[in-house]
Amino acid sequence: MKSLKISIAALIGISGLFIGCQSGGQKKAASATGSDAASSVYVAPGEYDEFYAFMSGGFSGQLSVQGLPSGRVFKVIPVFSVDAEKGYGFNEETKPMLNTSHGFIPWDDAHHPELSQTDGVPDGRWCFINGNNTPRVARIDLKTFETTEILELPNSGGNHSSPFITENSEYIVAGTRFSVPIPQRNMPINLAKGNFKGALSFITANEPGNMTIKFQILVPGFDYDLAHSGKGKSHGWTFFTTYNTEEAHTLKEAYASQNDKDYIAAVNWKKAEEYLAAGNFTEMPAEYAHNYYDERTQSATSSMLKTVKVLDPAKCPGLIYYMPCPKSPHGIDVNPTGDYIVGAGKLSADLTVHSFDKMIAAIEGKQFDGDAYGIPVLKFDAVNIGTVSSGGLGPLHTEFDDKGNAYTSFFISSEVVKWKVGTWEVLDRVPCYYSVGHLMIPGGDSKKPWGKYMVAMNKITKDRYLPTGPEMCHSAQLYDISGEKMKLILDFPTMGEPHYAQGIHADVVKPNSQKIYRLDENEHPFACKKESEARVERDGKDVHVYMTMIRSHFAPDNISGLEVGDRVYFHVTNLEQDWDTPHGFSVLGANNSELLIMPGQTETLVWEPKKEGVWPFYCTDFCSALHQEMQGYLGVGAKGQGGELKWSLGD
Amino acid sequence: MKRLILPVAILCVGFIYTSCGGGGSTEAPKEEKKVQMNMGSDPAPSAEAPSADVGDPMTNLGIGPVKSIELAAIDQGMVAEGKKLFEEYCTACHKVDKKFIGPSPAGIMERRTPEWVMNMILNPEEMIQKDPLAKQVMMESNMAVMANQNMTEDQARKILEYFRTL
Ligand code: HEC
Ligand SMILES: [Cu+2]
Repeated sequence: MKSLKISIAALIGISGLFIGCQSGGQKKAASATGSDAASSVYVAPGEYDEFYAFMSGGFSGQLSVQGLPSGRVFKVIPVFSVDAEKGYGFNEETKPMLNTSHGFIPWDDAHHPELSQTDGVPDGRWCFINGNNTPRVARIDLKTFETTEILELPNSGGNHSSPFITENSEYIVAGTRFSVPIPQRNMPINLAKGNFKGALSFITANEPGNMTIKFQILVPGFDYDLAHSGKGKSHGWTFFTTYNTEEAHTLKEAYASQNDKDYIAAVNWKKAEEYLAAGNFTEMPAEYAHNYYDERTQSATSSMLKTVKVLDPAKCPGLIYYMPCPKSPHGIDVNPTGDYIVGAGKLSADLTVHSFDKMIAAIEGKQFDGDAYGIPVLKFDAVNIGTVSSGGLGPLHTEFDDKGNAYTSFFISSEVVKWKVGTWEVLDRVPCYYSVGHLMIPGGDSKKPWGKYMVAMNKITKDRYLPTGPEMCHSAQLYDISGEKMKLILDFPTMGEPHYAQGIHADVVKPNSQKIYRLDENEHPFACKKESEARVERDGKDVHVYMTMIRSHFAPDNISGLEVGDRVYFHVTNLEQDWDTPHGFSVLGANNSELLIMPGQTETLVWEPKKEGVWPFYCTDFCSALHQEMQGYLGVGAKGQGGELKWSLGD
Repeated sequence: MKRLILPVAILCVGFIYTSCGGGGSTEAPKEEKKVQMNMGSDPAPSAEAPSADVGDPMTNLGIGPVKSIELAAIDQGMVAEGKKLFEEYCTACHKVDKKFIGPSPAGIMERRTPEWVMNMILNPEEMIQKDPLAKQVMMESNMAVMANQNMTEDQARKILEYFRTL
């Protein structure tokens, strides 16, 4: 491909006009970038980025895929929100993906992507992400970069501390951000304290199609904010931060910040498995949806589940402990060896580092400082091993490199601080523009970080880009962390509001990326795999069109005999078998969206004609020199006057 | 996929070099960003006028994985399988009894070498770009392009066997 470009370039004889492309306006932070910054993020045309970044869309409900170091956007994967561009949530095949116990929900707030792991290292099979508002978790298959599974979470009031995987993808976890009555019932809000509860869910992650809540742990009604699972020696444990241990239900801004320490909940999930196996659980009535997109039938189904297994800490000693941590901690991060548990007290200046070994010793030595609703609270000094005092304010989240360093974002002082794991000394600091939330190093929450780049996801954009009215895109910043000093090398915009991201070396994902859906494996019940089998069938007011598409025509492309009041199902199969040859489909007056059908795939659009006439439909994705010609007509008569149903192509 | 613009892009490729100087230190950002033609794997019709001289089709083996084929007596088992494959993957664009989107394969073995036919099935993008005969067929087909249907060599061979009976 490269040689091709060169030969053509040579053929045409490119000659020498030079254009300097440095536009005016040296940037505000230009002084913060190294003079060779441009070359270190430059990915030449036709070249690939070194890393995939999966950035959550926050309030967009989606997951975007961007390249590092270039920051280029490759795809926005629809997860929890409908996406008219891709027909997600509009076509018949994917509507069930967004079903919940509250009915069809076209939106959510997607926060934390998490890649599947094998032996503590991202393995490129799946990316998981949480839906915060109507509590859910989703699986995205990294062969197709499509959402293939969504599981709703009962007994949760907002799924924030999620998904945070265990080292062999045994579980993804889900802790509730807002505690609620469990089981749900109406009650006076001033009785919340002591009556509301939280649930921590452990969900099997490594069986596609079978995402299951293995168990939930009912916990005191604090707000469970973030989590990370242990690794190496701490494998078998998951740590959740809490805030609002005050259990305030109003003016949380003030009332949930009274205690000078909240807790890190340490859950021994191996112990939970023992209690589960011993039958020491209750099967609690619940109602929650499990939705699965089956690649064989290319269709999703939604099933409603009716019970969930619940463990009560009071009856399961050794299952969960609380470790004190100042002040309303947000991030909870485990270093690559699994030795240290770093709590970022977001309303304090310092980071608190607890030691896994000390924690185990404290548990064995019963170094308790009372209990919270029966859950033992470990003595702070018995578990703490260090404090990182950097002078920064509002630490939020920490990731690690492969050289024993840690990087913590500070929201209030708007900077990233680099420090040494073990000595806790501060090594470097760089400003962020502006107000960094989470940060991400590819593999930075795993056993083997690729410590080359760090991305800061900033909450405030202001003057970083050309203004676009009151609403600005969110800004991410890329730092080179390969040397001693962190170097800001790129600003790039993101989609929605990324709360967190995951990165992975492209070599782990790229070889498995699927190029087409094979026609001979398409088991869609309404597939039409040969043009000679294209047809239209009427069943009362339902009309099923078995349609094919290929460059650049539909079969059939003329249909008559439809009537106002019909429900017309266009089941359209793309007969192409070549990479990057999708076709689109839509009909004038369709109340949903287009279809965007990949090679070998079948999708269904419903059209309910409202007016008589001859209505065009066409291909919406430019597919060939004859794309403009890829079009057909639908003849619609008044109710009862459509005439005989007929269809044809080329006559 | 943006095929239409290609010829135009090629025509106007200009003689333009943009050099984007970032900071202007040492060897750093002196990359020359050539204006790209985004050829990708797309069969891009060349802007040259179709050449009348496409050579002798019966000596043209085409471009692709197939370098030489020995044809023995027709194998009816392969013919049956080839026919089935043709119906599934090709009839949206080729009909045996008439020219449709692409030419009818009837009598193709008198017009083309077996190697050329298989290379056309297996490697159409490159064929359309580089093989003068394939290019001409495309011009004659109203700029519609032969699709890569991801056939294996074995499947293409079976289709060829079927073509021998037409
Ligand atoms: C999307 C439409 C399309 C599909 C599907 C398609 N073709 Fe073609 N084919 C064409 C067009 C158009 C041409 C002529 C233009 C060109 O060469 O690009 C062509 C040309 C050819 C030629 C050269 C014909 C000649 O007379 O020189 C052969 C051989 C061929 N196709 C075989 C196949 C086979 C076998 C399949 C199925 C595996 C197939 N085609 C599928 C569109 C298609
Ligand atoms: Cu099209």
